[in-house]
Amino acid sequence: MTDFLLLALLAGLGVALVSGPLGAFVVWRRMAYFGDTLAHSALLGIAAGLWLSIAPGLAVILICLLIALGLLALQRQHTLATDTLLGILSHSSLALGIIAMYLIPGARVDLEALLFGDLLAVTPLETLGIWVAAGVVLALIYRLWTPMLAITVHEELARVEGINVGWVKAALMLTLALVIAIAMKVVGVLLITALLVIPAATARRFASSPSSMAMLGSVAGALAVCLGVAASWWWDTPMGPSIVLGAGLLFAASLLRRQRA
Amino acid sequence: MTTLFNARNLRLSLGDKLILDDVSLDLLAGQILTLIGPNGAGKTSLVRIILGLLKPDAGNVVFPRPIRIGYMPQKLHIDTTLPLSVSGFLALADRNPEHCRNALARVEIPHLLERPVTALSGGETQRVLLARALLRKPELLVLDEPVQGVDINGQEALYRLISLIRGETGCGILMVSHDLHLVMAATDQVICLNRHVCCHGTPEAVSASPAYTELFGVRTALYTHRHDHQHDLHGGVEHCGGRHD
Repeated sequence: MTDFLLLALLAGLGVALVSGPLGAFVVWRRMAYFGDTLAHSALLGIAAGLWLSIAPGLAVILICLLIALGLLALQRQHTLATDTLLGILSHSSLALGIIAMYLIPGARVDLEALLFGDLLAVTPLETLGIWVAAGVVLALIYRLWTPMLAITVHEELARVEGINVGWVKAALMLTLALVIAIAMKVVGVLLITALLVIPAATARRFASSPSSMAMLGSVAGALAVCLGVAASWWWDTPMGPSIVLGAGLLFAASLLRRQRA
Repeated sequence: MTTLFNARNLRLSLGDKLILDDVSLDLLAGQILTLIGPNGAGKTSLVRIILGLLKPDAGNVVFPRPIRIGYMPQKLHIDTTLPLSVSGFLALADRNPEHCRNALARVEIPHLLERPVTALSGGETQRVLLARALLRKPELLVLDEPVQGVDINGQEALYRLISLIRGETGCGILMVSHDLHLVMAATDQVICLNRHVCCHGTPEAVSASPAYTELFGVRTALYTHRHDHQHDLHGGVEHCGGRHD
């Protein structure tokens, strides 16, 4: 096996590791569309990073958090349903991101790599970055597991029991922004949510507790990465979409099994 | 007896709709106070203000000393994608499995410890919620429609349990109900709420008061068959010109 393939596999597995627990929360809290919106805005983050010459990863996280704040502000208006607001934010930020890419003087941006991932081009430094970010996300979720689960089960009950709901939600947003920043390289902005939702949905059929669903989600994600990298090696298919398709096939196979309650 | 909280002159509106108008109430330790009123009377909003989940536009709630509050929400909606057992649900409030087992035994459903939360019946869900509230060793127990989704026999059993728990722990209980007859035996004080306090006192005094009869209709006040009550209650609300939603 060649080095670049090993590196791709390593980077993909780093993202798969966090996609289990975070994906479980995305599924439980019905945040799939929200995740999609943040992922789309990541393109704007890359453009902003180029304009302002700051690290693209950092710029992506900042833009994701800004969009999350923008959504909160719009939700307070109570005039439009949340999915409509998400549709507005998601697609205008994606469009703005693409236009900004074209307008940056002298920038040669590989738009396809941003949209669909470019795992084969991942550098050792980027792989290290992915694992560091994944470690931070895992540590945050591990540390805040009970309050995160409590606000997912019943937010007001959690609040009465003394949990600072605002901070826990903010932590969840931050982990989501971090994961988007690292998953961009692997599957691209258009497919990030798939990597969060599909392994978690697959794990649900085998899980008997929230924590086992989170862990099995990571396993399903890791299997999908292996499948995708292998397919890409044997049949020369694009790697990001191959990983997502691998996750989809695993989910289809899981349907053969009866869901555990 | 010590006072658990004083709520003074609470006023709340959402948009241009007045929800609560100058509502005051106190709760003493060891006392059971029941809020009754038609749909849209502001019962749940009042409870949410007392719990600190909602800010009133005017007025305040004062706790003379800090107390532990156990809260039993109106219902529990858990997405079926979340594989959560009763023990997992209780562990969110107290990680000690022994405490969880004891709380579940206290609400008389020890056999449901490993049951998935989504597979519980209405009455079982209410008891699990009560167990979680008890895990906090509350000095104040706030129960929002504790018998919702429970059949008649189950309702009486649940009210009996609540009043037993008060006797054992000495906690104060604030409870929301829309059926005075069912809670009569289990409550010390009743507040009849319809955006403002219509009347308050012992359950006997309230059921005899003209304000209560006006709000719920004279037939309801005399009627004891509960199946028809709901129907009468809505008729009564429309009769006295109140809005409900």
